[in-house]
Amino acid sequence: MIFLSSPHQHSGNSIQLTMLSVIIALLPASMVSVYLFGWLAALLITFCISACLLTEYICLKVMQQNMKRLWDGSAALTGLLLALVLPASVPWWMALFACVFAILITKQLYGGLGHNLFNPALAARVVLLISFPLHMTVWIIPMPAEGVLDLYNFSLCFTFFFFGPEAIQQTWDAITMASPLGYVKTELSRGVPVHEALNTYQYSTLNAFIGREAGSLGETSALALLIGGIWLIARRTISWHIPLSYLCTVALLALVFNAINPDLYAPPLFHLLAGGLMLCAFFMATDPVSSPSSSIGKIVFGVGCGVLTWVIRTYGNYPEGAMFAVILMNCAVPLIDYYFRPRVYGKTRKKG
Amino acid sequence: MFDIFEQLKQTFTGESGHGFSGGIHPLQNKRTASQNIITCPLPPLLIHPMKQHIGEACQPLVKIGDHVLRGQKIAKSQGYLSVPIHASTSGKVIKIEDHAIPHPSGLGMPSIFIVPDGLDAADESIHPMPNYRSVDAVELRERIRYAGLAGLGGAVFPTFIKLVQDKQHPIDVVVLNGIECEPWLTNDHQLMLEKSHEIISGMDIIMHMVEAKQGIIAIEDNKPDAALVMQNTLTEMGLDQQIRLQVLPTKYPQGGEKQLIQSLTGKQVPAGRLPIHIGVLSQNVGTSKAIYDAVCLGEPITERVITVSGDALAKPNNMRVRLGTPMRFLLHQCGLESLDDIRLIHGGPMMGELMRSADIPVVKGSNGVLAMWDKSVKQAHHEEEPCIRCGDCGEVCPAGLMPNLLANHCKQEQFDKAEDYNLFDCIECGACSYVCPSHIPLVHYFRFGKGQVAQIRREKTFADESRARSDSRELRIAKENAAKEEKRRVAREKKEARAAEAAKKAAAEAAATESETTSSAEKEEGQP
Repeated sequence: MIFLSSPHQHSGNSIQLTMLSVIIALLPASMVSVYLFGWLAALLITFCISACLLTEYICLKVMQQNMKRLWDGSAALTGLLLALVLPASVPWWMALFACVFAILITKQLYGGLGHNLFNPALAARVVLLISFPLHMTVWIIPMPAEGVLDLYNFSLCFTFFFFGPEAIQQTWDAITMASPLGYVKTELSRGVPVHEALNTYQYSTLNAFIGREAGSLGETSALALLIGGIWLIARRTISWHIPLSYLCTVALLALVFNAINPDLYAPPLFHLLAGGLMLCAFFMATDPVSSPSSSIGKIVFGVGCGVLTWVIRTYGNYPEGAMFAVILMNCAVPLIDYYFRPRVYGKTRKKG
Repeated sequence: MFDIFEQLKQTFTGESGHGFSGGIHPLQNKRTASQNIITCPLPPLLIHPMKQHIGEACQPLVKIGDHVLRGQKIAKSQGYLSVPIHASTSGKVIKIEDHAIPHPSGLGMPSIFIVPDGLDAADESIHPMPNYRSVDAVELRERIRYAGLAGLGGAVFPTFIKLVQDKQHPIDVVVLNGIECEPWLTNDHQLMLEKSHEIISGMDIIMHMVEAKQGIIAIEDNKPDAALVMQNTLTEMGLDQQIRLQVLPTKYPQGGEKQLIQSLTGKQVPAGRLPIHIGVLSQNVGTSKAIYDAVCLGEPITERVITVSGDALAKPNNMRVRLGTPMRFLLHQCGLESLDDIRLIHGGPMMGELMRSADIPVVKGSNGVLAMWDKSVKQAHHEEEPCIRCGDCGEVCPAGLMPNLLANHCKQEQFDKAEDYNLFDCIECGACSYVCPSHIPLVHYFRFGKGQVAQIRREKTFADESRARSDSRELRIAKENAAKEEKRRVAREKKEARAAEAAKKAAAEAAATESETTSSAEKEEGQP
């Protein structure tokens, strides 16, 4: 008989349950993506999850690990998250490369679940963006007009996914468009003020909120992401500290600078609803492994993400900064954990 | 859903408006709630371990074959941090040898075995003292020490030590702990329902002894019936001006002394100090009742109330049991026939320990014994998985630690870092392990770490002492050598001086004799 230390009662929470909750919370966003991008989205999501699970399986086999780890949900979640941050136009080999990079390089080479410094899905996405900038900054037109590209035709989407636009007699220009962030950035560089650029883009806040705009699969609909994110907070799978501090920081910075010069700086609501911010705030930055442990550390982390996101979006070369911001802050996590500890009972707060 | 401002305040200041920070809400499983206390019959054998409190073990006062009476002192305390042990019934001492006690090490402890004679004759050497208000606090304190009282909530800290008047630290508030936050346990709950007069009288004795003006009885809101009874008794006894009843929202580990003090007063006991330093004295309701028994009835502690429960038990009960009753007898009384596939827990599920034997006796700190199915214990001790750094452990930690990082340091035996992460502020409540999705036995690692650090400190002290001894020896030898050398030098110098003097003298003498001889020669020469 083994004599184990107390406690002898457990809450019943498990890694699997945690991962499953996040996957469930991503369902609204996934459904919106299938609605917007049809079979292309469904294909990409299935492909990425399968590729991640397969890579995980091979890694576990080679490293002679417990095969139960395959079903802890983390690899499947990485696959789903990765699919949701990719544009619908991405070809299969690029998606495969991203999946292998996420699981093999960012996760398993660092020591497997719990040891990765970076969020695997996000790191893979950033690598793709740097390696294939052209592919990663054009976006399939969501629910396009008749005759352009029928996204609800399975064989058409299948051919496009595996053989490219030429196989279905299309050109990139005909089926893709710029995202609001990218468009505003380009126009600003030509000296067009923000509100004029938004006018010519035919930007509508309502569309951005419900998700009828160009972007990666799962990041277009702020509404769907909010539903999932708030559900996760309500059931305490994630804490509110990171999303709230992250979003508030971006909004505050945008508000101040927009008030100073509305021609050069986009308004706060545009920032909040555009690009991958919502997805990053609720699902990427809150990844437990690559974010700080303490509540105060989480707030510092969220504020850091917010500042970097706004700075990269405003002054950087890339239109979108959310992913870079989270990845950069991931590097700072050990430092944050060291310097921002909770106050110990009966002691004054100690830093470092 | 959640109160963001409250949580924000807690994040930045570590203080929360209501209650202590952190905490969990485990399944209550209080099967025996509001179940009347039944008296357990006398067992065929009583086993009295020589240590049932925190501190030094006792020294037996009886021999094999001696006849003892109920309440007779059978072992005397050793040192200050110790209280004596009394026989629980009259009978014959049959042997004194090592026996298993409820301790995680599984090591034995010298114990006195008594076979009851069935008469239960009492030792009447202590007289009841119902008019305690006219008695001096020092005398009451000595009586409580003599009665063998130690904290019956489970910590078993000798009670008399706390009951002291200190001019530097006057006690403002006496707190009576009726929280009972451990799941399954209901012994304090039931005691409050049935013995409210005795408990409140005991509290009055404490307040008289330390001259406290204010008293608070703390009860969680999962025991509204106990709160009602206690409030009625307070009013009945006319003590509701000095003593107030406080009902707190249920949260584990509110029964922890420091957590309770924070919940009630909003103040934290500074690290490394005692509640008395912020003017608070706390006692468990069971201890309070035992104080009443010792003072007003003149009865040393020979029995206590214990919850016998668990998911494998057909008839769980709150029982009044003689100290020394083997657990096996107790469980048998509650309908447990066989111990197959059953694990026994001494105490509650959160902080209690798994028992290695069913023959372990009931001791002063036994607040419960749980018979659990092996599979339900196994479920709680699931295989450990990698930490996903979710931080849930830190969120529920009432001490404000970062358990995941701390456990890592303990695991990798980086004890200096573990101490830097405040290893010794851990109260081992188990909230972190309870919520961990990876089933990491965090508390286990902290106990390991604490043990290792204690060992390292002991070794260091030993090494330091040896070094100091060796250093002083070398110093002494050097000193002695120097002294010897000095002595020799002085002697040599003296000798040399003497020799020189002697030589001088000799030379002078020689010169004198020479001149003498010359003069005499001259004389001789002059005297032909």
